Amino acid sequence: MEKSFVTFKDVSFRYQEEQPWIFNGLNISVNRNEWVAIIGHNGSGKSTIAKLMNGLLFPQEGTISVDQMELQDETIWDIRKKIGMVFQNPDNQFVGTTVMDDVAFGLENHGIPREEMKRRIKASLNAVGMIDYIHHEPHRLSGGQKQRIAIASVLAIAPEMIILDEATAMLDPIGRKEIMKTVHQLREQRDVSIVTITHDLNEVTYADRVIVMNKGEVWYEGTPREVFAKQRQLDEIGLGVPLVTQFAHELKRYGMELEPEPINQKELVDALWKYHSTM
Amino acid sequence: MEISFDNVSYIYQPGTPFEHRALHQLTFTIPSQSFVAVIGHTGSGKSTLIQHLNGLLTPTSGVARIGPYVLQAGEKNKDLKSLREQVGVVFQYPEHQLFEETIKKDIAFGPANFEVRQEEIERRIYAAIDAVGIQSDMLERSPFDLSGGQMRRVAIAGVLAMEPRVLVLDEPTAGLDPKGQQEIMDMFYNLHQEKQLTTVLVTHSMEDALAYADYIIVMDQGELYKEGTPLEIFLQPQALNKVGLEVPEIISLSSTLEKEYGITIDYKKQTLEELAEMVAHQLKGRATHE
Ligand SMILES: Nc1ncnc2c1ncn2[C@@H]1O[C@H](COP(=O)(O)OP(=O)(O)OP(=O)(O)O)[C@@H](O)[C@H]1O
Ligand SMILES: Nc1ncnc2c1ncn2[C@@H]1O[C@H](COP(=O)(O)OP(=O)(O)OP(=O)(O)O)[C@@H](O)[C@H]1O
Ligand SMILES: [Mg+2]
Ligand SMILES: [Mg+2]
Repeated sequence: MEKSFVTFKDVSFRYQEEQPWIFNGLNISVNRNEWVAIIGHNGSGKSTIAKLMNGLLFPQEGTISVDQMELQDETIWDIRKKIGMVFQNPDNQFVGTTVMDDVAFGLENHGIPREEMKRRIKASLNAVGMIDYIHHEPHRLSGGQKQRIAIASVLAIAPEMIILDEATAMLDPIGRKEIMKTVHQLREQRDVSIVTITHDLNEVTYADRVIVMNKGEVWYEGTPREVFAKQRQLDEIGLGVPLVTQFAHELKRYGMELEPEPINQKELVDALWKYHSTM
Repeated sequence: MEISFDNVSYIYQPGTPFEHRALHQLTFTIPSQSFVAVIGHTGSGKSTLIQHLNGLLTPTSGVARIGPYVLQAGEKNKDLKSLREQVGVVFQYPEHQLFEETIKKDIAFGPANFEVRQEEIERRIYAAIDAVGIQSDMLERSPFDLSGGQMRRVAIAGVLAMEPRVLVLDEPTAGLDPKGQQEIMDMFYNLHQEKQLTTVLVTHSMEDALAYADYIIVMDQGELYKEGTPLEIFLQPQALNKVGLEVPEIISLSSTLEKEYGITIDYKKQTLEELAEMVAHQLKGRATHE
């Protein structure tokens, strides 16, 4: 069985004729059950990739396939069922007049039976801490509450792949961690591919693989640790590394080389033992 | 301009089944020319609070004063236009403040509305896009055909072009890339200093609250939970955890290292470089003493 779930082959895209190309022969893929983070400067093409993945946009050249089906007019509805997406601005995706209707809408489209629907609505709203708002209007919520509802709607559908396009940008740090934990738990329960598009460098560390975009091109691909080892080059393209990694970098000046290069606090503490145990 | 809230409460959709009390008897003062950060859990009332600062919302009860302007229930404020000329608000979602057909017209809208001369508007447009990192060849494009971060930058440019006396920023760096976040916050800070503005920043970035604010207001469920200088607020991790917040990462890193390795940092706004020096010194110093 093929491992790759979504494949872009030589994809070229521009929004309109006579406008510059956003991508010129882009090749990327996301494997089944893989968690991929996409990072890159503003305007580097991340959201455009997301919209191409679920057929909201079509490439002028090249092919995109999802689960071994080529994305075309005939396959688009099947493909959209496999991919759930949370947009950068949640206002763009609310359809229901209450939070419950909104989550239910996607489930109805997937033909989920009534009892199962109820169960999933509850479970997903609980997962994002919004069960108390089930009868509220999505448009009359705070910025972060809207993002939580948008995430719940996608979790409820349980698609084969979830794309989160800066879906936690309006959440407080604890809220972000909770969402990441929820996604993590989801992966332990069943096979699901995750694509997170984010500017939060700590969020990137959860991914199996990172695709770094720069001006519409793949600048680098690798594990979070491999990516964050390129601190200086990342700075040059408008990105950065987590605070812990910066800190480890500073320690080098005092002859303290940490192995492996830490990307979170736990790794830093563990790596530092080497210097402590020499006492 | 000094800003003060005296017992301000705000209720959304009063008298309906959806009635929701978003602010409850809020009292505080923001001195003129200070830089205040407002932090709080999702839904704690931050955006509701700041929408009072340019009269978009009027208190359900209590009084909000913004310089000479007074907002209170039941009284129609006739100076709303001049209040809005002085108070520039960057909203949480940039789409909510973009509406013209080109980026250029969008940025010009504020100053044009307040009868600024055409040449001056032109000057401000270029100064503003320069400050937010938008290229001039984009000016004729639609503000809706942009990436999320580009929209954010255009929305900020529109507020800068008004040259307000009070800057109100609701999560202004959400959606910006890491370099953009730093650059735009530095830009706001320099402007704040240079033009002696009064600045109110709503943020989920505890790092920004620590780095830029001289005072912090912590909201919880519509109430003022705590206020103080950044160090006063951030050196009480338990109090913050109680309302779903965390200390800035540099502080949690410091306390983790203190705990795990028995070293002393005593965090008081040291930079990461200084922190590394302290840690290296203490860990290695100890090793050579043995
Ligand atoms: N609807 C549109 N019409 C025309 N051009 C667009 C449209 N949407 C985006 N673009 C352009 O395409 C390029 C890529 O945009 P995209 O939204 O994919 O960037 P992004 O990497 O998601 O950026 P951000 O981090 O700011 O969200 C940008 O230069 C942008 O101006
Ligand atoms: N238009 C509205 N109608 C009714 N209730 C509202 C409306 N806007 C916000 N609320 C409610 O008021 C409370 C405060 O919302 P507010 O937008 O001020 O929160 P916030 O602190 O800015 O949150 P966030 O960090 O998520 O942006 C929330 O519980 C929200 O659901
Ligand atoms: Mg985007
Ligand atoms: Mg808000």
